[in-house]
Amino acid sequence: MALSQGWVRRYFKAFCKGFFVAVPVAVTFLDRVACVARVEGASMQPSLNPGGSQSSDVVLLNHWKVRNFEVQRGDIVSLVSPKNPEQKIIKRVIALEGDIVKTMGHKNRYVKVPRGHIWVEGDHHGHSFDSNTFGPVSLGLLHAHATHILWPPARWQKLESVLPPERLPVQSEEE
Amino acid sequence: MSFMKLKVISTLLTVINFINNNNKSGQWWQTLHRTMLRGVLGKTFRLVGYTIQYGCIAHCAFEYIGGVVMCSGPSMEPTIQNSDIVFAENLSRHFYGIQRGDIVIAKSPSDPKSNICKRVIGLEGDKILTNSSSDFFKSHSYVPMGHVWLEGDNLQNSTDSRYYGPIPYGLIRGRIFFKIWPLSDFGFLRGSPNGHRFSDD
Repeated sequence: MALSQGWVRRYFKAFCKGFFVAVPVAVTFLDRVACVARVEGASMQPSLNPGGSQSSDVVLLNHWKVRNFEVQRGDIVSLVSPKNPEQKIIKRVIALEGDIVKTMGHKNRYVKVPRGHIWVEGDHHGHSFDSNTFGPVSLGLLHAHATHILWPPARWQKLESVLPPERLPVQSEEE
Repeated sequence: MSFMKLKVISTLLTVINFINNNNKSGQWWQTLHRTMLRGVLGKTFRLVGYTIQYGCIAHCAFEYIGGVVMCSGPSMEPTIQNSDIVFAENLSRHFYGIQRGDIVIAKSPSDPKSNICKRVIGLEGDKILTNSSSDFFKSHSYVPMGHVWLEGDNLQNSTDSRYYGPIPYGLIRGRIFFKIWPLSDFGFLRGSPNGHRFSDD
């Protein structure tokens, strides 16, 4: 009896010890290094979810890459939605701070992206809830950089950082 | 307002643990004699392990529970003076429990690396008086969905939502509720001195 109690106790102790190591390490890893997420919706077609509603891609989100809030034009990033903080959105970066972009359906024809902000758009114009609706978004809402498609296996690939040529900024900061 | 997190604590804890372990395993020269290479290697691995473990625990605590922060800058006077030390909790952000009148820490919308500390004046859908300077030109604006309206208590010397507009809820980091330094002001924070700024409805 005593022996079995000791065994249970030891087992419980070891479990607690492992638990208190594993949970913080796992949470920190998912918060700081990388995590995976399922993409829903058609806003990023054809880069993501090309099959429409019957398939949904799983992407790898790299948090480490954006730890200093450094993004390039053309990157696919995930953000906290400015309209609904409980939701994350995945979009392509079109312009960085200081750029002047030609908008598609925004209230102003041309917009200068303010300091600390970026202009994001979905690849599927007209079916995307993006900066054309809510304007430039603050970099503080940046969540992660989507680097790979992990699932389905047939679509395993690296997500290239390409900017559609017609969406180049009218005037960029460097010039 | 900028503030610093006391992440040094985790490093300190690791060092203390390391010293304790050292004492337990006999005299230091014995340890050194027995298996010099293995001991040193083991210690190194253990040190790295403890560093990672406590670092992760510290990250979780600062991210999800809260921490001690130091505020600087004049924008929240007289509630928070320059270089006061306060407690911030992050639970109400995760459970969407931020209310009107709470003092929050948020990422600055124009510079994501710096933080600001302001009072929440309006939540989404509230009607806000945007300029109170003159009675002739009263203009109102509504806080859009998913946004909050922040203002400093020191209305004359504060860069806040009156300047850059409503900010998204996602930028809020935590809520300040308890002041620990200076000791003369120890306790829960006072209400806003600018009560008239809150919307009526």
